Amino acid sequence: MVEKFSHDIAIVGAGAAGLRAAIAAATFSDKLSIGLLSKVYPMRSHTVSAEGGTAAVLKDYDSTDLHALDTIKGSDYLADQDAVELFVREAPSEVIQLEHWGCPWSREEDGKLAARAFGGMSVKRTLFAADKTGFHLLHTLLQHSLKYPGIVRYDEWFVLSLAVEDGAVRGLVALDLRTSELAFVSASAVIVATGGAGRMYQFTTNGVIKTGDGMAISYRAGVPLKDMEFIQFHPTALPGTGILITEASRGEGGYLKNKDGERFLSRYTPEKMELGPRDILSRALVQEIREGRGFEGPFGAYLLLDLRHLGEKVIDSKLPFVRELALNYAKIDPVKEPIPVRPAQHYTMGGIHTDVNGRTPLPGLYSCGEAACVTINGANRLGSNSLSECLVFGRRAGQDAASFALSRRERDHNPGGDRSVSSVQYVSLAEEKMNRLLKKEGGQERLAEMREGLQSLMETKVGIFREEKGLREALREIRELKGRLPSAKVDDRGRTFNMEMVHAFELDFMLDVAESVAYSALMRQESRGAHFRTDFPKRDDKSLEGPDKGQEVPPGTDTRELLPGVRSKVPSEDVRLGCTQLRE
Amino acid sequence: MFVLDALNYASDWLDGSLAFRWSCRMGVCGSCGALVDGTPRLTCAAPIPETGEKVVIEPLHNFPVQKDLVVDIGDFMEKLGRVEPWIIRERERALEEGEYPQKPEELEKYDQFSACINCMLCYAACPVFAADKEFIGPAAAALGYRYNLDSRDEGATERLDLLTGGAGAFDCTFVGECSIVCPKNVDPALALQRIKIDAALTSLKSIMRRGK
Ligand SMILES: Cc1cc2nc3c(=O)[nH]c(=O)nc-3n(C[C@H](O)[C@H](O)[C@H](O)COP(=O)(O)OP(=O)(O)OC[C@H]3O[C@@H](n4cnc5c(N)ncnc54)[C@H](O)[C@@H]3O)c2cc1C
Ligand code: SF4
Ligand code: FES
Repeated sequence: MVEKFSHDIAIVGAGAAGLRAAIAAATFSDKLSIGLLSKVYPMRSHTVSAEGGTAAVLKDYDSTDLHALDTIKGSDYLADQDAVELFVREAPSEVIQLEHWGCPWSREEDGKLAARAFGGMSVKRTLFAADKTGFHLLHTLLQHSLKYPGIVRYDEWFVLSLAVEDGAVRGLVALDLRTSELAFVSASAVIVATGGAGRMYQFTTNGVIKTGDGMAISYRAGVPLKDMEFIQFHPTALPGTGILITEASRGEGGYLKNKDGERFLSRYTPEKMELGPRDILSRALVQEIREGRGFEGPFGAYLLLDLRHLGEKVIDSKLPFVRELALNYAKIDPVKEPIPVRPAQHYTMGGIHTDVNGRTPLPGLYSCGEAACVTINGANRLGSNSLSECLVFGRRAGQDAASFALSRRERDHNPGGDRSVSSVQYVSLAEEKMNRLLKKEGGQERLAEMREGLQSLMETKVGIFREEKGLREALREIRELKGRLPSAKVDDRGRTFNMEMVHAFELDFMLDVAESVAYSALMRQESRGAHFRTDFPKRDDKSLEGPDKGQEVPPGTDTRELLPGVRSKVPSEDVRLGCTQLRE
Repeated sequence: MFVLDALNYASDWLDGSLAFRWSCRMGVCGSCGALVDGTPRLTCAAPIPETGEKVVIEPLHNFPVQKDLVVDIGDFMEKLGRVEPWIIRERERALEEGEYPQKPEELEKYDQFSACINCMLCYAACPVFAADKEFIGPAAAALGYRYNLDSRDEGATERLDLLTGGAGAFDCTFVGECSIVCPKNVDPALALQRIKIDAALTSLKSIMRRGK
């Protein structure tokens, strides 16, 4: 007997985007029943780790035009400019909304919200809650969401697949981690807010739960992924763990230095220095290391982030978490010593293709947050835009899904829509997959070995610098891993918190996402934003007219992710070449 | 090397059936709590002694164990909702009116109590909760009280009732273990203490008002 649940809307993911969507739907109508599923308790979602802040125009000296322009430039002209305009217009009221709900934003002396400088933002427009912005945002959203009886949480439920019938989404299949029981959740609308996929890389600032599940699940349901080649590397993470040292530390005035004590960015981005876009900075760090001006450490080469001149008072009031992290995880007190840093994977610009209302091409399926690609980020996201993105597009997706689900409900006269969905069929497909793992005999290779294989090939072949040969190898190796995954050795045959099974599913999802990243990177024969091809080091604005340049499509690859690029209204200038210029 | 690294090594390479929660490995998601040598710790922030001594890792006390280090915290989620951890107002400000002004010193008043990561270490250390699972407990109390101290909130009286009703704040015997183990310096013991004082003052006031 398959357990069945029914909601008007099912939301997968309870980070900033999923929670914002849930609250938006609940306030849209209290008639709606909203299922909120998350593979971890909501407050564990990786939004919790966001440190620096949330961008929105709230200051007299600022304007939404300027925010839009910064975002578009930051995106290396690949952002959808209409979407950006809408985004910058709506971000301020979202920040205020969070303020009204109790978010402890940091303040000026007069009680107004305080703003700080951030990379790529031409004025101080990043609102913050000390350096725990994501933490406070997430907890505020979760606590506020408890107010709404319409939101029914499924904490520690792992979503495996979507049910699609008659060309529309009808629900999903989820696994209760406590019992490993599968359930069918029927819903008129499903919102995928599962976050990014950083864990496919060896060095990442992402938590272990960021495995791209929602992207893979949607892709498998026939929904296109977009801009997957654009992976952001953050210039300052701790070597070894990849723990992030927020850009706010540079926003507050920190310096990046090499072995010679030189602020080397003067050779790469002399005007913006430490506040240049992340893609340029990350490449600059790698370049410095390659040219022998880094330090050697137990976890590879690194450079230094120096905060000493800010003084203890500023560090403790504006960057307390940075001090805590450096003390705990690098045994360094930033008040007294510079912090060792290196670039690490940080953000997935690409994701599930949506419009500004979060709609995907599959009726009833929505996406928002890092899992989605609207796109306001284009080839490079500006720091502090993504929390605002979660809020703005979380709300929009929640509202649109709510009105969609209501219209369905009126038509079908029961929540969750028409009952004819063959739920049993979807569940038994998932069941089969699960049993293949649980009941499997033999197997040699450990899952960890395969996961590390993926992470190291992504790091070396689909990392900050890419070229055709490596990308082709990466694709071949990813496909090989896919072939090997079913023969993995599994130890756990139990049904209670079988984390090994969860990790197997996650690796399976990550392999799909990794393939789309490597494939899209191979297809884009230019360098733009975070995507740098050593064999095509220049930006090629012809690509803005559409990415399909008639390259060979390797067999077995779905080309759905190749969506036309977005046209520029703001003419692209030659302002952002960074390392490209150096190479010439 | 942290305890969490050891757990990961064990599950990756020795026995994949080991169950434990973690995500951020930077002390902020609150999922990785366990007893390390008898003390509630975040395993991602508990270093393994370099001297090579044995480290004993157990599930957090006072919660039903689901498997290995995974304990059931559903009860806390329910208690959190019960203290109404949201801004309560007579009249809500419209978005167009902008933010509620809040001076840094007003923020300071509740900031510390809002730093709770829901890691449950305090519940594992609390003798009152050990004896009575109904007890509201340190974190839920601190998180509810945080709103009472927020200059934007007008729900203090209502929330004080919730914080002190049933097995509420008055059950706290002020052992203070919760504040000792708290990895984020929330000081939930202080919150519990102040809830009691606030509640006592409120009832004193109402008695006096009735007396008039
Ligand atoms: C260290 C760090 C610092 C950052 N700092 C900033 C910053 O200062 N400013 C900024 O704007 N951005 C920042 N970012 C980026 C930003 O935090 C993220 O992009 C954003 O929080 C993503 O939110 P989300 O809601 O989309 O996803 P997440 O918060 O990652 O949530 C994903 C949710 O999906 C659920 N989920 C996933 N898969 C499944 C499944 N199969 N079944 C069920 N549930 C599932 C998870 O349980 C979780 O609830 C930072 C990112 C990192 C890593
Ligand atoms: S009060 Fe401290 S110990 Fe208790 S849950 Fe919160 S952070 Fe953890
Ligand atoms: S893993 Fe997040 S707090 Fe330890």
